[in-house]
Formats: sequence, C-alpha cells, structure tokens
Amino acid sequence: MGYNQDPSVQPDALSGKVTLPASLDDVEMVQAVRTPAAIDYIATPGASLSAYLRGMKQKKILGDVCPVTGQVFVPPRGVSPVSGQRTTEMVEVSDQGYVESFNVTRLPIKSRPDLKPPYVSAWVVPDGSNVGSIALVAGIEPEEVRIGMRVGAVWKPDDELEESAANILHWEPTGEPDVVLDDLRIIGKPGDNQ
Amino acid sequence: MVSNDDGVLRAPLRLEYPFTRTTGQVVGGFLTGLREGMVLGAKRADGTVMCPPLEYDPITSDPLTELVEVGQSGTVTTWTWNGEPRAQQPFSQPFAWAMITLDGADTPMLHGVLVDGPDAMSTGMRVSLQWRNEREGHIADIAGFVPEEA
Repeated sequence: MGYNQDPSVQPDALSGKVTLPASLDDVEMVQAVRTPAAIDYIATPGASLSAYLRGMKQKKILGDVCPVTGQVFVPPRGVSPVSGQRTTEMVEVSDQGYVESFNVTRLPIKSRPDLKPPYVSAWVVPDGSNVGSIALVAGIEPEEVRIGMRVGAVWKPDDELEESAANILHWEPTGEPDVVLDDLRIIGKPGDNQ
Repeated sequence: MVSNDDGVLRAPLRLEYPFTRTTGQVVGGFLTGLREGMVLGAKRADGTVMCPPLEYDPITSDPLTELVEVGQSGTVTTWTWNGEPRAQQPFSQPFAWAMITLDGADTPMLHGVLVDGPDAMSTGMRVSLQWRNEREGHIADIAGFVPEEA
C-alpha cells in the first residue's frame, strides 16, 4: 500500500508515463496554468493616515510626533513605532529631503507598465522627518544617484491633486550639496529631532 | 480615495498574487483535453473512472496513469442554489452549484448549472456541458452546464 512506502522513494507516477486518448497524441500538452489569487478590499486608512492623505491634497506632507521621544514619522500611523504610544500631534514636514538608500530596477514589473526600466526606487527622508519612505527618484541618470543626495518632491498639477500619496510623482535632485553621512539621524535615538 | 457623507476615506484595494502552477501529467492531460474539446477522467484498476481525474487512487494509493474520454452530458447527484454570484464564479446571474456525474464517469465534478430558478433544479436531472468560445487549457474552458435538451 502506498501509505506504507518510504517517503524518500519517488512515487511511480512521477516517472511513469500518463497515457491519453489516441486523438491527443499529436497535440501540445498543457504543462502550466495561470491561477492568480486576488482579494479585493475596501480600505479605510484610519484617522492619522486620513489626515495625511487630506494634507497631500493640499501639497502638504504630515507626520506623527512621538509623545515620548519627539521623533516625527511619515507616513503617520497613529502610533509611535518606538514608544508604542498613541500619537496626538501632527506636524508638517518639508517636501525637500535626502536619499537615505536606493535601488536601481532594471526589469519591468507587469503591474506597473508606467515604470520604464531602469528606474530608481529610493528611501527618501523629508526634512523634519526622522524616517524615510519609499519613493521614485527621477530627473537623473540611475548611475548618478547616491546616498545623501538632496531631492525635492515633484507634485502633480494642482487640478489633479487628490487624497493620495501618488500626488508626488517622484523626487528629483535639487543640486544642493549632499548630506554627509555623519549628519544622518538614527532611528530610535531619543531627542535627535531637536 | 473617496469620502462619503460620514467623512471616512475609502478606496478599493486589490491584493493579487499572479501564480503560475505546473500541472504534472494528469492535470495537464485533463486540461489538454479541455483545450481540445474533450473531457478526460482517470481510469482506476477496477475499471471505474474518476472525473475530474486524481493523480493517485484514493483507496489503493496507486498512481493513476490512464486518461480516458468521458461524455459531455451527465446527471446531477446533488445541488444547491447560489442566489448572489460573485466575480469569477461560472455565471454572473443566479445559478445552481451541482455535483455532476458525467456519462462514463463514476465520480461527480462540481460545476454551475444555469437555470431560471431553483424550481428548475432536481437531483437526477440531466445536464449538458457548455464550452467557452475561446479555450486555452484551463478549467474555465468549461463555461458551465445547462439542462439537457429532451
């Protein structure tokens, strides 16, 4: 009986030939099948992210302030990730910042035909924020992007603004001197936003 | 992002994984049959036929390696009514889910039967397979079933 077989022994069916009706002798066999798995949600962002999204409609980037350390987190989640405390204060941060880290993508993503490789995904830290978030960097050759490079947000035209982080099309170099690595603020260090 | 009267922001969000699975010979053979307009089942050692086919005999655990053609009409063995179809189900209007034993097969397959209402459904009724116009070697090549014409 099969259930008593040594599990390390390959089952016969993996090496045996499956026979089909003779009329299918000359057709190409199906060897793979697409089985996408999708879940459709209606997402509600919550109070803090809603305020952030409404700020985006006015070309303002809002962050949460940690009530314990004073650090600013963008995008805001309503809770400080360092102290675990609920946040009650929001502040506007700049739409200028620097590249903390980056990646050059050279392969296309099927679901994003608007992104033409090679393109640069970067971790951009806005001035006034203690953390970065993922963003596109454009207006520069990928080979010239570097850690510490100063960038500014490029916004959609005013009449296309909505409650969406996509209002920032990408970030592009400002031409200012690079941020020196020693100046980089470290996440989780109390008081470093002063 | 849309805001309703309650002031809460909402937006549709789709989480999707674009899987492609390799089929193996048995399922691949079954899907090849569908693409060519045939329904195949797996023949067991005792001569009975499982449709849709399994790769192993559920009683003896023996590998099943012979696929044979079964009929494209069959008998409803049990059913339930689906009054609110969802996306990706066989029909967009209300229909019956049914276990259908195709002629020449000894086990039933689950599929949709399109009828006007539950009053038109009964255990033992005869149904016929409807093919999709474009077939590609996918289970959805079977559009569904309808009552067999007398």
